[in-house]
Amino acid sequence: MNYNWNWSIFLEPSPEGTGTYADMLLSGLSWTIATALSSWIIAFFLGSFVGVLRTLPSPGAQRIGTAYVELFRNVPLLVQMFLWYFVLPEVLPASVGAWLKQLPNAPFYTAVVCLGFFTASRVAEQVRAGIQSLPRGQRMAGTAMGLTVAQTYRYVLLPNAYRIILPPLTSEFLNNLKNTSVALTIGLLELTARARSMQEFSFQVFEAFTAATILYVLINLVVITAASFLERGVAVPGTR
Amino acid sequence: MFSNFDFSVITTSLPYLFGQGMVFTVTLTALAASMGVVLGTLLAMMRLSGLPGLKHFAKVYVELMRSLPLVLVIFWFYFLVPYIGAWVTGAPNPIQVGAFSSALITFTLFEAAYFSEIMRAGIQSISKGQTGAANALGMTYWQTMANVILPQAFRNMLPLLLTQTIVLFQDTSLVYVLSLTDFLGAASKVAQRDGRLVEMYLFAAVVYFAVCFTASFLVRRLQRRVAIIR
Amino acid sequence: MHPTHHRSRGTVAALVLGLSAILASGPAGAEELTGTLKKIKDSGAITIGYRDSSVPFSYLDGDQKPVGYAYEICRKIADGVKANLKMDKLEVKLNPVTSATRIPLIANGTIDLECGSTTNNADRQKQAAFTNTHFLTATRYVSKKDKKLDKIEDLKGRTVVSTSGTTNIRQINEANTERKLGLTILPAKDHAEAFLMVETGRADAFVMDDVLLASLMAGSKTPDAYAISTEALSKPEPYGIMLRKDDAPFKAVVDAATAKLYESPEGKALYEKWFTQPIPPRGINLKLPMSEAMQKQFAHPSDSADPAAY
Repeated sequence: MNYNWNWSIFLEPSPEGTGTYADMLLSGLSWTIATALSSWIIAFFLGSFVGVLRTLPSPGAQRIGTAYVELFRNVPLLVQMFLWYFVLPEVLPASVGAWLKQLPNAPFYTAVVCLGFFTASRVAEQVRAGIQSLPRGQRMAGTAMGLTVAQTYRYVLLPNAYRIILPPLTSEFLNNLKNTSVALTIGLLELTARARSMQEFSFQVFEAFTAATILYVLINLVVITAASFLERGVAVPGTR
Repeated sequence: MFSNFDFSVITTSLPYLFGQGMVFTVTLTALAASMGVVLGTLLAMMRLSGLPGLKHFAKVYVELMRSLPLVLVIFWFYFLVPYIGAWVTGAPNPIQVGAFSSALITFTLFEAAYFSEIMRAGIQSISKGQTGAANALGMTYWQTMANVILPQAFRNMLPLLLTQTIVLFQDTSLVYVLSLTDFLGAASKVAQRDGRLVEMYLFAAVVYFAVCFTASFLVRRLQRRVAIIR
Repeated sequence: MHPTHHRSRGTVAALVLGLSAILASGPAGAEELTGTLKKIKDSGAITIGYRDSSVPFSYLDGDQKPVGYAYEICRKIADGVKANLKMDKLEVKLNPVTSATRIPLIANGTIDLECGSTTNNADRQKQAAFTNTHFLTATRYVSKKDKKLDKIEDLKGRTVVSTSGTTNIRQINEANTERKLGLTILPAKDHAEAFLMVETGRADAFVMDDVLLASLMAGSKTPDAYAISTEALSKPEPYGIMLRKDDAPFKAVVDAATAKLYESPEGKALYEKWFTQPIPPRGINLKLPMSEAMQKQFAHPSDSADPAAY
């Protein structure tokens, strides 16, 4: 293979003048993590809300929940990214649009909101499945004890549902983390984008991508380990 | 801004958007899905086989692919495939792989990891007794798989396989990062050429939504029909 | 050719080559073909990498077909290669490339010639080879007129965009560090996307080769709303068609083809067609007559990467 390997490239200064190529990748890693965590907060709360809507007795609430999930699941993430970044500021009143565009770190905020709304539709499906998998008796018991619908969800249904769906939620969390790379199309300097810039500046394609690959695998391992600790920590004693 | 919404930019570019863009997207999806299912099934069989080497290879492959973002995998293969080709054929120089083939190889290899997880669940959903019965009839491993296990596994998993294909259809839009002309690539080229972002991106969203929504609806209907009553 | 890789087509090609060597003793037939030339002869095809939006060098016209000054030069090179290899038919395959993918795609064999607006410099020569220079351009930036930006210093603290994988994004990064400008630098996938960032107000300025800025500006909805900075970030640098490095026989054929074209009146006509006359898709005239340095370059074609050589 006529490819010139050069693994010491990581210690060479990057043309950006702020450090070595290794520093460049690590800064990308921190943006990836920051974006993943911030968008997960939106996804978790919004997704839980939408998921609950789909299990409420009210047909109107169910319909809104279903519409949300269908809308965000049936449009590719990349298209949604463009809609938030390029289209939204143009359809808003000119002054608001201009303010949005001038925001420092606009790609970061856009990516967080876009991923948050996108992943929320997937979290909602898990939450709904979790709640529906609970025996009907739990809801009835809540009602019989005089709890309101909100109280039944808060104290009976959701705590049980979250424990059941912890494994699929972990994989949604990981999907969300991987999806942050799509934001490189709107200029977010996350890990994949940094690996690509490193390749462009140094021409060492495979070293740059190998490093990014290893970093992604490591984050995955950390998340999976953390999730299994969490699973053990929150398990209701005696349930298994 | 909706006051100067220009529909004509959409109507005049329709032949290009669908004739080139959508054809690319659909061809890529169909080919990558069928090849991905075949490769995924093989990976699932490797993973369920008792042979330690094969089992571990399949496990590492699937876990690695599933822990990487598709965008990174697209970049990897776009640059790597010609070198792999040279290595496989023993050519002294990287061999030429066109943009479409490169994308096809990438999506096949990437989606195979996801299809293999579905097929693994499908194979495991068939009771062990059936394998035992086939063995008792004197069938070989391949005969058992081809005639007894896989047909049922496919049938049980068909809705999931199709749902994953819809995901694949959406994922193909990521070839945008390589400037290939898939449906979204075509839309964004027109958008940038004519400065009509709002129209083109909204139109792209509507088309993707219509296709994926209809497809998921059909899959749900199919799901009710193919379910094997046990 | 390794003995283990004899295939019938290869054997026939070798026979034909041998015959032509005896009959004509042409330049290609005189010795056995290697590298790209062998690949082209064997496969009967040459692959050209083109750009989406490097107006007027290599871009997509109204029908989304590649056209442009550099693209036409590549077609001429393909004709030259065909003549040199004495082929009856040479299929020209096309493959889109971006600033970011062009060098890896040349290196990994996906494309044989990259036709666009690639700056020839010493750094890139470690990765690829360049044939004779077809244009000279300096790095400047474009911004909206009402922002009143003209010097490099005016950009202080602002958001600028440049195309990823270009020498320009490297230069603005370096200037940012050296002059402590405190810029936010966004990388864009291609020139059209980068210009769009300025058009939609996502970025204050787009740093790029001035000729590309001029053509993007001319092609925009409101050409009068933009201005190109007077201060440049670099000297005029040469553009060249890129090929795989360490392939001297192929480079010799390509160099000969481009030199022949540039020295002939056809070269000047080609230049005028794309820079002083209306061009597709919208009939814009860039009005950029040939500079003295370019006239000199066409009279005595050179592939030097040194800006001082021009």
